[in-house]
Amino acid sequence: MVPLLHARRLVVSVPGRVLCQKLSFEVFPGQCWGILGPNGAGKSSLLYVLAGLAIPESGEVLLDGRSMDKFPRSRIAQRVGVLFQEQSDPFPATVLETALIGRHPHLKRWQWESERDIQLVRDGLARVGLASLETRQVATLSGGERQRLAIAALLAQEPCLALLDEPVSHLDIGYQIEMLDLVTAQLCNEDAAVVMVLHDINLAVRYCDHLLLLFPGGEVLCGALEEVLDLDRLKRLYGHPMMSLDGPYGPVFLPA
Amino acid sequence: MFLRSPTPALPPAIWLFLLFLFVVAAFFFALISGSVELGWEGLFRVLAGEGTVLERQLITELRLPRALSAFAAGGLLALSGALLQVLLRNPLADPYILGVSGGAGVAALLAMLAGFSGWWFSASAFVGALVTVALVFILARGQGGWNSTRLLLVGVVMATGWGAVITFVLALAPDRALRGMLFWLMGDLSGTRDPRLALLMLAGGVLVLQPLARGLNILMRGELQAAALGVEVERIRLVIYLAASLFTAVAVTLAGGIGFIGLLVPHLLRLILGSDHRLLLPAAALFGGGMLVITDTLARTVVAPQQLPVGVFTAMLGVPFFLYLLRRG
Repeated sequence: MVPLLHARRLVVSVPGRVLCQKLSFEVFPGQCWGILGPNGAGKSSLLYVLAGLAIPESGEVLLDGRSMDKFPRSRIAQRVGVLFQEQSDPFPATVLETALIGRHPHLKRWQWESERDIQLVRDGLARVGLASLETRQVATLSGGERQRLAIAALLAQEPCLALLDEPVSHLDIGYQIEMLDLVTAQLCNEDAAVVMVLHDINLAVRYCDHLLLLFPGGEVLCGALEEVLDLDRLKRLYGHPMMSLDGPYGPVFLPA
Repeated sequence: MFLRSPTPALPPAIWLFLLFLFVVAAFFFALISGSVELGWEGLFRVLAGEGTVLERQLITELRLPRALSAFAAGGLLALSGALLQVLLRNPLADPYILGVSGGAGVAALLAMLAGFSGWWFSASAFVGALVTVALVFILARGQGGWNSTRLLLVGVVMATGWGAVITFVLALAPDRALRGMLFWLMGDLSGTRDPRLALLMLAGGVLVLQPLARGLNILMRGELQAAALGVEVERIRLVIYLAASLFTAVAVTLAGGIGFIGLLVPHLLRLILGSDHRLLLPAAALFGGGMLVITDTLARTVVAPQQLPVGVFTAMLGVPFFLYLLRRG
């Protein structure tokens, strides 16, 4: 079986610092990966490289078994969806218009959104609880509503590989669970997989089956969740001692 | 007012049709107004191929070319403003922000000093604009490639530099040349030149940009976001930079430095129509063109027989209107 995404000996760096050293891993449909690491470890930079938005120092990223740079951008966008940490809306636009950008990769140059596209976007808005705000100006949304709108646009894009950068930022606990339930249910199935950067180890335990730990200094550890998670490693990862309790979804981790 | 979208959702075709009617009305206004009041009957007589020789000359050789020039210049400026706002991701960008008009201005003033007129004068202004476009492009393209902030800074510095040169030329210019220079700098359509090239550019621009417009909708939300949704960011940025610069250069060459149309028209349309550029770009071309036809007609009739530079009028109408919008928003 060809992996959806295959990173081969990936080295990611910013000027003067290596963020990730010789990373190799494969993402198959149905998997949900969590990327954990301290602030500034390079989680977002790694995600951009996986999305083909940034060029790695060396190594390569394969999408459907073919090197990412062989694909035109428009083709990648039909397969890979990215949720960014922050959204920016310098110009007036409605909620519906903003969510419609998710359909862009699937439309031809001269094509306008069809009834089906609009219906798909409306479904997405309903799923994230924004159906009643369709005609609202984006600038009037709260941080959490804006984040949910970005998730709706991503759902409308129907990606096979969703790369999420802190999908629960700005969300309250209720919506954190609701949105991650939604995202994993919609975007993690026999054809699709999710890779997400998270800050909450316990959400990772609850939703992910694979983990990628990004240590400061460029060392990377990845694999199945239960093999990777370990108190000593987490202590080394965050530079703070950790403890764990038994919980309903597996171990619950707390700062000691 | 911002809680709900200000628009009742009219289909784009209806909006464009309404704007087209506005343009037609603007042209009627321009053709019947002036020192010789033709009135409707006179205009229809000429349109029907009748009327006196004087009436026909007045319409076909004076008022119509001037109105067409105004339409082309206004449309190009509004279109250019809309594009630059996306390129710089700043709703307050206008066609002159990157120094194109300054470059054209310096060249135009020098051409006036040298005694050029007609075709040579236009060519000088156009070359001045293009030189600025190339300079800003080269200087803004640093090692890390392009970014909006760098482009904006280089452009603004360039514009300021040209401004200083313009003041320098004005200070040294002989008194008899000053009036013409000032009129040109403020934007003036009285020396009607051939509007055909500019009209062609306007129509071609709207058509060529249409398939890129959905990409602009995404580009305005950030370059990474746009790339992630499949937009070829570098290419589309280059296209809109060159298109916006060329439109500005043509408009300035035709009519001098007419202010406010390129800022106000796209801004106003964004508030009313939203930011779908598939509608916004043709709407800006129509509305900007129609607005300049009307203001130019006012500029030549309000204190007739004295003519005012139209740039004075666009600013005098634009400033209070803009402030009103800002207070509401």
